[in-house]
Amino acid sequence: MNRLDTICTICPRGCRLTVTKENDQYNVQGNFCKRGVDYGIKEITRPVRKLTSTVKIKGAMYSRLPVYTDNELPKEMLFDVMKALENVEVNAPVKAGDVIVANVLNTNVNIISSRTMNNIE
Amino acid sequence: MIDVCIIGGGAAGMSAALGALENGAQKVMIIEKDKELGGILNQCIHNGFGMHYFKEELTGPGFAEKLQEKLKNYDLDIKLDTMCVKITPDKEVHYINGNEGYQVIKAKSIVLATGCRERTRYQIDIPGKRLAGIVTAGLAQRYLNMDGYLIGKKVFILGSGDIGLIMARRLSLEGAEVLGVAELMPYSNGLKRNIVQCLIDFNIPLYLSHTVVDVKGNGRLEQVTIAQVDEKFQPIPGTEKVFDVDTLLLSVGLIPEIKLLTDQKVQLNPYTKGIKVLDTFETSIPGIFACGNALHVHDLVDYVSLESYDAGKHAAKYSNDNSPVVEVVPKNNVRYVVPNQVKLNNDEEVMFKYRVTKPIDKGTLVIKQGDKVIKEMKKFFLLPSEMETITLSKSVFTDTDNITFEVRIDE
Repeated sequence: MNRLDTICTICPRGCRLTVTKENDQYNVQGNFCKRGVDYGIKEITRPVRKLTSTVKIKGAMYSRLPVYTDNELPKEMLFDVMKALENVEVNAPVKAGDVIVANVLNTNVNIISSRTMNNIE
Repeated sequence: MIDVCIIGGGAAGMSAALGALENGAQKVMIIEKDKELGGILNQCIHNGFGMHYFKEELTGPGFAEKLQEKLKNYDLDIKLDTMCVKITPDKEVHYINGNEGYQVIKAKSIVLATGCRERTRYQIDIPGKRLAGIVTAGLAQRYLNMDGYLIGKKVFILGSGDIGLIMARRLSLEGAEVLGVAELMPYSNGLKRNIVQCLIDFNIPLYLSHTVVDVKGNGRLEQVTIAQVDEKFQPIPGTEKVFDVDTLLLSVGLIPEIKLLTDQKVQLNPYTKGIKVLDTFETSIPGIFACGNALHVHDLVDYVSLESYDAGKHAAKYSNDNSPVVEVVPKNNVRYVVPNQVKLNNDEEVMFKYRVTKPIDKGTLVIKQGDKVIKEMKKFFLLPSEMETITLSKSVFTDTDNITFEVRIDE
């Protein structure tokens, strides 16, 4: 990518950043302070995101178990991980912190249960 | 006799219970209408909660479970699947549930922690037919995250508050197409992080100064029309844009749920139409307290918990003293301040919470009592959507004139 228009999320000011690449050099514009430079360069070179979603659960009070990633995923893999979670199904009881999927898609990131769900059957 | 009876078992109610139990209350009861504690946290599966209160990043359900873990150390009466239908000035609590029928109990003090409700289509006067597929964002969130139903496949969102933004991301991740978000104001009401991670990441356009002017369909929604608005928020003819969608999500504000108290003619804060409270969170009805989103809408659950813990503490220590009370009044560029009154009975610290009326890049918060300046503080990048706080010892208020909060704009 050679140009990215985004908003810095480091502080509430929310500077509108334009990050451009020229001769392998990144240039950040629109930043009010220097933290915006690091943020902008990371967003264009290696953006990462945490993901939260749900998986199917049987025998619990609700039909979905909320889950989260214990680390950040490369941004472009969010939809791949969502796809990988599509067919995951667990049975109650589940405890908060249980590993639901270990090392999802070889990312070294685990999918963790956000809450305890008791078996009500 | 119950010492402290808490209405609502979400973040506010659980934190109030903790505050009461850790400060001497023996018999504490929580009345919760849902079938488990946690309230809205249980459907807020995203993360970003807990940084202030638990000093770690948690999801909504994770935050709720941490509070429940703390409560497990105490003997506490939790009524689930139970609806409180009435409270009275002599502190009777009327509730109903399937096991006990209609019950009336007496409490020494009551804490209202009932949260808020979403504004609906009818409160913002969206014209057009009554159609399936027009849903508040929080309701769609519950359907999706707890029951596992995707509310629609092609979605438009009105309102750029955080719930709307977070639902834009959730629906996109789950395979729905989100065609855009319209915001009436010329700025977004959501956190910057959510603008980036929920809209920009998914290439969802944000239409500032736009609103929905028409909805069409036959039984189910088929089309939404938006238009740009002028500075008086009137749609500008000729600026219409049409979207073919089956779902319109509304994220257009929250209204504190206070009917239990307005039925009892509680005094309201004239600036917010919310409940008027002392710094102890006591309402105009002695011994009845209010906290959390039922008192004013917070942007972080951490502040709900901190505030409600204090409300529970004061409810546990409730006593009817006659110390002087002074009013807290918002002035220039400040929309509201909570608490609305301060009781000058001790030198404890009070955390004041306030919001500005418009974005201010550079200003000075000025707190006065009468003409005397109590505190001045430089402030940067204030936004109406971000609640500000300042903690002061009550010892700084030396007379009974009104306390005023204003933000002076600096060049």
